[in-house]
Amino acid sequence: MHDVSAHLAHHTPPQGFIRKYIFSVDHKVIGKQYYGLGLFAVVIGMVLSWLMRIHLVWPNFAIPGLKWISSAGAPGGIITPEYYLQLMTMHGTLMVFFVLTNVPFAGFGNYFLPIQIGADDMAFPRFNMMSFWVTFVGFCVLFAAFFVGDGPPLSGWTAYAPLSAIPGTGPGQAMGQTLWAISIATFCIGQLLGSLNFITTTLDFRTKGMTLMRMPLCTWAWFITSCIGLLAFAVLLPACILLILDRVAGTSFFIPSNLVVSDQLVNHSGGSPLLWQHLFWFFGHPEVYIAILPAVGIVSHILVNSYRRPLLSHKAVIYCLMAIGFLSFMVWGHHMFVSGMNPFSALVFSFPTLVITIPFTILTLIWIGSLYGSNLQINSASLFALGFISMLVTGGISGFFLAQPSIDIYLHGTYFVVGHFHMVMGVAAIFGMFAGTYFWASKMFGRMMNETLGKIHFWGTFVGTYCIFMPFHYLGLVGNVRRYSAFVDDYLAPLIPVHKFISIAALFTGAVQLIFLYNLTYSRFKGAPAPVNPWNGTSLEWTVPSPPPWDNFGGRHPVVYHDPYQYGIEGSSGDYVMQDSPEQIQTVREDKDLI
Amino acid sequence: MAKLVAVTLALITIASAVPILAHIWVPPADISTHGHLIDEQMSDTMAEAGICFIAAQLILAAFIWMFSNRKPGDKIKNFPGGAKGLVTAAFLLVGTEVLALGFFGTRAWADVFLTPASANSMPVQVQAGQFAFYFRYPGPDGKFGPIHPDKINEASQNIFGLDVDNDPDSKDDIVTAEMGVPMNKEIHLLMHAKDVGHSFYVRELRMQQDFVPGLDLSLHFTATKVGRYEIVCTQLCGLGHYNMKAYLNVMSQPDYDDWLKKQASMQ
Repeated sequence: MHDVSAHLAHHTPPQGFIRKYIFSVDHKVIGKQYYGLGLFAVVIGMVLSWLMRIHLVWPNFAIPGLKWISSAGAPGGIITPEYYLQLMTMHGTLMVFFVLTNVPFAGFGNYFLPIQIGADDMAFPRFNMMSFWVTFVGFCVLFAAFFVGDGPPLSGWTAYAPLSAIPGTGPGQAMGQTLWAISIATFCIGQLLGSLNFITTTLDFRTKGMTLMRMPLCTWAWFITSCIGLLAFAVLLPACILLILDRVAGTSFFIPSNLVVSDQLVNHSGGSPLLWQHLFWFFGHPEVYIAILPAVGIVSHILVNSYRRPLLSHKAVIYCLMAIGFLSFMVWGHHMFVSGMNPFSALVFSFPTLVITIPFTILTLIWIGSLYGSNLQINSASLFALGFISMLVTGGISGFFLAQPSIDIYLHGTYFVVGHFHMVMGVAAIFGMFAGTYFWASKMFGRMMNETLGKIHFWGTFVGTYCIFMPFHYLGLVGNVRRYSAFVDDYLAPLIPVHKFISIAALFTGAVQLIFLYNLTYSRFKGAPAPVNPWNGTSLEWTVPSPPPWDNFGGRHPVVYHDPYQYGIEGSSGDYVMQDSPEQIQTVREDKDLI
Repeated sequence: MAKLVAVTLALITIASAVPILAHIWVPPADISTHGHLIDEQMSDTMAEAGICFIAAQLILAAFIWMFSNRKPGDKIKNFPGGAKGLVTAAFLLVGTEVLALGFFGTRAWADVFLTPASANSMPVQVQAGQFAFYFRYPGPDGKFGPIHPDKINEASQNIFGLDVDNDPDSKDDIVTAEMGVPMNKEIHLLMHAKDVGHSFYVRELRMQQDFVPGLDLSLHFTATKVGRYEIVCTQLCGLGHYNMKAYLNVMSQPDYDDWLKKQASMQ
């Protein structure tokens, strides 16, 4: 392990407002900055979803204020077909990149990984600061797309070529699409810097006694996520560069010959639209595991705390995370079953896609099996963690349909797909973020969040999200096509009442999130002062003050004596033993995992 | 609170399952020769997925109910069989189930995508462009004239960029805005994209395939029921994507012959 004293010599307390809060090298500040950016992005993303849902079922409703943002996209406040797609593109882009990658991974991971392994900071604090500010620049470039020319792109967060590669194919496809590509390329750079940091820190900066197997499960999840991120973003970055070159430099990586747009022959030749899809989805599928694995780790970490007993197998969870990380690079073609790629390869991609069910099933069985015979404690964090299990089961099972190419012939491009990925990413991963917030806000801000408001938030969100996204699956089963700005087809018009139910549920659930925002903001300043260990947790973050000092452990180097989850045994503190406690208390499980 | 969570979860599970069990949300009636394989695969998957879904959610709910509010003296218990049992169960049950379904589903896929159109199938060309589908029949000579992209002009209705003056094969080609096919006749659909990616989707036919600019792709199918069915675009192609559709008219052979003659006379 690394000689932390040498590292400490270069790390002095920050002075001044700018160094402390703006251009800070402190991983805790950077983690909060990522969280804050993600929070801002999710609010915008959620508002965009409201606009979409309102337009779908009340298309002639004039939305107050929207015409000031885009007089072309929403004349008189009424959304045009192209503006619907533009809002949809920005919704997906903001949510997948700036929320789901930022908060559970870069946000919580930056804040807690060094503390949980006993380090005083990340391996490369300046790289870390750069990674946030590069990400922030990427966000600003994306946000600017709302206000340029004819607005943001309309090609979806997937930006398939040639629609995304030829500027004349629609409103927003000129400057808007270029800004999108620049934004995402910039985001990739930020993520690559972050991933390098996470990997190096995890491998080299663990304190004495912190073996890999003694790391908490969320630390493992962040570590594996960063390995995935390093490989995946390394493919998306050149893909975006090639797309930019096609758009501005006359290259034809993704544009074949003989295309006619608006009766004009397009002056490109030799490119392959499928190449974009392969590059994008080679990144895109690991990306969705980047979105979910940190939540898996966070939820495991919180569940074991609320169960007050270790999970049935710590090692099985770690091996599952590794298996998922590995398999995530083998399945990208399942997004392309009907894309026109060689149909034999569909069968090849289908196999690992089905196999990835196994580690997820093991995880679910371990979570549920560990709940058996436990001493379940209910609080806001554990409610969202339990809700995560339910959501992941639902979303994972719908994936089982889509993994089979023959069924995908019918379900591809329908609301079934939208229901699937929203359940796993838009709900389950978000539940992981909420669980993490309720669990760790006290440590991050030194003040407790209000538990009553947290429970109300849980109830509204749990029921609300099921009301929104379960019907998506039904709509998909009858072939309701996705990414439509209106339902004019003969068979779609009768489905509008279901869409109305969904839209009302979405607006209700969105309103419930205001309770969370109020709770977070109010508690930040006025919440009850937080003790060091409000949840009787065992891992190292519960050994430092709330909030921790700039160097986390106040100059001392913690020594770890125990596995991370010594719950359910009699220790001097209660029914648990902390990792750094020198008490010689062993459980049956310690160092003798069944698997 | 825990018991309320358990009850709510159980109710949500049952409420989610009822519309499926009541067969409310089902694909429209299948009108193809291969579709029953897809439907059977879907039913088998729905049954297995449904059992897993209901079991997992209800067991989660039951355990939340049972293991909250522990009484003094209750000891922490291990799930019978422990982790080993659960991991073994996951591998054996889930592994076998998913791989079996995957294996049995290959036939449906192969029928559509891995078998070529038969030699006596009837060729029809479809061109997808922002935001309409157009169809072309080869006419009595059985040959499609070449497409000249530089001659494509929607304003003058030269959708396929044909040069009827100089290409003899183009002279008898029939271009239509709706697709007519005779019932029980295998159709070889030749797919061509004019500008960006589109997709061909007919729910009743259980067919879906993207158009990829630059690639010559094709589908083959046999429609078994007379009727008028919507062809919709399922690949995001621009602002008119929601409105990009055409109709597939499946007719008896005599009706189809009459229809084609009428279309030819309108060229």
